[in-house]
Amino acid sequence: MSVVDRQEWDVVVVGAGGAGLRAAIEARERGARTAVICKSLFGKAHTVMAEGGIAAAMANANEHDNWQVHFRDTMRGGKFLNQWRMAELHAREAPDRVWELETWGALFDRTKDGRISQRNFGGHEYPRLAHVGDRTGLELIRTLQQKIVALQQEDKKETGDYESRLKVYQECTVTRILKASDSGSAAGGSRVSGVFAYDRETGRFFVLEAPSVVVATGGIGKSFKVTSNSWEYTGDGHALALLAGAPLLNMEFVQFHPTGMVWPPSVKGILVTESVRGDGGVLRNSEGKRFMFDYIPDVFKEKYAESEEEGDRWYEDPDNNRRPPELLPRDEVARAINSEVKAGRGSPHGGVFLDVSTRMPAEVIRRRLPSMYHQFKELADVDITAEAMEVGPTCHYVMGGIAVESDTAAARGVPGLYAAGEVAGGMHGSNRLGGNSLSDLLVFGRRAGWHAAEYAAARAFERPEVSDLEVDTAAAEALRPFSAEGPVGGEEDGRPPENPYTLHQELQQTMNDLVGIIRREGEMEQALEKLAELRVRARRAGVEGHRQFNPGWHLALDLRNMLLVSECVARAALERTESRGGHTREDHPTMDRKWRNINLLCRLADPTGGLAATDPERGQIDLVRETTDPVRPDLLALFDKEELVKYLAEEELYQ
Amino acid sequence: MSSYEARFKVWRGDVQGGGLEDFEVEVNDGEVVLDIIHRLQATQAPDLAVRWNCKAGKCGSCSAEINGRPRLLCMTRMSVFTREETITVTPLRAFPVVRDLVTNVGFNYDKARQVPAFVPPADLGPGEYRMMQEDVDRSQEFRKCIECFLCQDTCHVVRDHEENKPAFAGPRFLMRVAELDMHPLDAASETGLDRKQTAQDEHGLGYCNITKCCTEVCPEGIKITDNALIPLKERAVDRKYDPLVWLGSKIMRRST
Repeated sequence: MSVVDRQEWDVVVVGAGGAGLRAAIEARERGARTAVICKSLFGKAHTVMAEGGIAAAMANANEHDNWQVHFRDTMRGGKFLNQWRMAELHAREAPDRVWELETWGALFDRTKDGRISQRNFGGHEYPRLAHVGDRTGLELIRTLQQKIVALQQEDKKETGDYESRLKVYQECTVTRILKASDSGSAAGGSRVSGVFAYDRETGRFFVLEAPSVVVATGGIGKSFKVTSNSWEYTGDGHALALLAGAPLLNMEFVQFHPTGMVWPPSVKGILVTESVRGDGGVLRNSEGKRFMFDYIPDVFKEKYAESEEEGDRWYEDPDNNRRPPELLPRDEVARAINSEVKAGRGSPHGGVFLDVSTRMPAEVIRRRLPSMYHQFKELADVDITAEAMEVGPTCHYVMGGIAVESDTAAARGVPGLYAAGEVAGGMHGSNRLGGNSLSDLLVFGRRAGWHAAEYAAARAFERPEVSDLEVDTAAAEALRPFSAEGPVGGEEDGRPPENPYTLHQELQQTMNDLVGIIRREGEMEQALEKLAELRVRARRAGVEGHRQFNPGWHLALDLRNMLLVSECVARAALERTESRGGHTREDHPTMDRKWRNINLLCRLADPTGGLAATDPERGQIDLVRETTDPVRPDLLALFDKEELVKYLAEEELYQ
Repeated sequence: MSSYEARFKVWRGDVQGGGLEDFEVEVNDGEVVLDIIHRLQATQAPDLAVRWNCKAGKCGSCSAEINGRPRLLCMTRMSVFTREETITVTPLRAFPVVRDLVTNVGFNYDKARQVPAFVPPADLGPGEYRMMQEDVDRSQEFRKCIECFLCQDTCHVVRDHEENKPAFAGPRFLMRVAELDMHPLDAASETGLDRKQTAQDEHGLGYCNITKCCTEVCPEGIKITDNALIPLKERAVDRKYDPLVWLGSKIMRRST
């Protein structure tokens, strides 16, 4: 009965941002026939929004930099919750991944002696971010996109077909990861067998069969009202992995970037790059005070300047001065801004002031921060060379994600499934440093593509089968929002269908208000109740029109993912009774060393249930605690004992 | 400042045909045209098709024509129109409609594939590249391109002449040829590839008569004509006489 088109590949990569494209390049170069599938047009991925740079210890700007220093900064930024092996691999391999981009045509800004220029950023001890003005993400995506095209041109020469070994399915959405029914059970077996997807343009369904699937779908920001993320960030990969039986790790850690635009309302949340501060911009409250000096936490006291004079000297003489506290890790700055606004010292539109106009000549601002100049001029009528910007925290990044093996990027518990980039958890611990995202994409994108290709090659003669039943079930689920087809979606019990846009707005408001930057037990419980209600109502989300490029339908399907992921965030946040990185509890305001080695894993409560939301009241997520492996001694030895005491429990210190 | 009701005409339809549909819709302080399209989706036309991503002028997805002019929906503020004005939003004219404001931009992806990729220098390994900032400035300007394809849409070589499409890469991809040609370390010539020559022979540079329409619509402010196309023509002219280069130099002199 199934008439869904099927195609065979060795590796399917879901997502065409930095991680997905890097994975696809690696898989194809290792001989795997590789398909990339993405929701937007090729080259439009959210990676283009990254502004500041790629962190890599190339030591071009300061000769003292090396991977060990980068590793240390990353662990400090993540408050030691990072999967240390990932942080190690990341710090060691990032320089090679950046240099490789140059051989594919990337053009970074240069130092005076012609090497790649590196800039300062929050939490990084030395200037470390390779950059192109403030549009580094665009350079990254374009370079990878053009490398893909270069590989396709090679294939064309050899086979006569651009797409014989590497194909991009653009504007297509995956709704299910399929699994082989080893035992013939209807619920699906243990191994990955492919993906089920629809083409946004035509609405047609199709299946890509493959033994390896790399999930590289990015983040979850669209579950929050004020966010720097685009419509694509609906937690698809997180949800797909959960539904396929993989656990999500530490979902309570959500990064609120300290500086998003706050005015006008229509642009609220749009990112203002950290480079503004890295290049000398300062934060002031309504009294004109540089308030960050009041917010340096104990663990960072020795590393940051005590006076404005010292902070200002640091830009010219970093060896003899400490950095200004505006360059603390993002979680610290975001909380400080939040406190200032709450104390009534905010700007007219509920933010604080970020000023470069008094710190640099206008022409330097326009050269170093061209996108920011343009963005404020065009969208807010603000000339940042003449006046301060108003900024406030915006939901930016999720540190939590699919639990993976550090070396292979393999998702735990689901053979054939890999994850890289923002959708993977662990690398950044409780808080990500700026610049570590683009390097993460490249390092682990490559590793995921490599191991996915190897895994597929080893199974070339025993490809897992995709069952018709599974395909039919996935098709029925995707058609549910159309009341005309399948069980009447909109009018089950005589009630009118729900508007998916309204449901989405309510979800965003709920997460923003109740599981946002500062969290309280009662509010998170309230959020879980509201999520249950929304889940029930989302079952009745109805859409008008037909399947061809229908945004209402697409949103109705994305709601399943956002609701699943939001529940993970809320449950994990309720469970972790401390404040650390991107998780701040008003009722548990301090970091607790006992929580340092505890990971929270979310799993689907009923993995055999097929359709999600089987029991709306009880919830869909089970939460378990897991103790992490101790940090390898040679890595621990990179830190002073006095510093480790602040993070590690007694028993960890003396092992 | 307050909210008001604006009159919109939005093209709705598909490959079979369609027409302008009238809407009255709320507009608030500081909003851009994309906000209004989203409000229409949320309140009046849930299946209204539009492409968008970043909503910050960085991804180049939400290209359309507003009152006949190619623009990004997310970077066009409502405050540039009067409250009385009816605002007409239509899909990009040079590309086939898929649905409503969404067009098939496959033409551009086909053209992208026809430009040979960067050729790395054989004698330099990763990490050994040395380039001076002043030598990469020009190619970096072209790499600011967000591929919104507004220049491809507005270029009259293809806008009203479908028949020119096979032979003409359009400003975006001629600029890509120029970018690679000006890359300080591109080793194409060592492999026998003359990029200037291919611009003329394979990508239709000769069709361009430097009217600068592409530069005018570029949301990134890239000087496509002056900095990419004309220099490419001037280099190609060593091999081939092109009267437009002569004309172009006159136009440039007059306008500066």
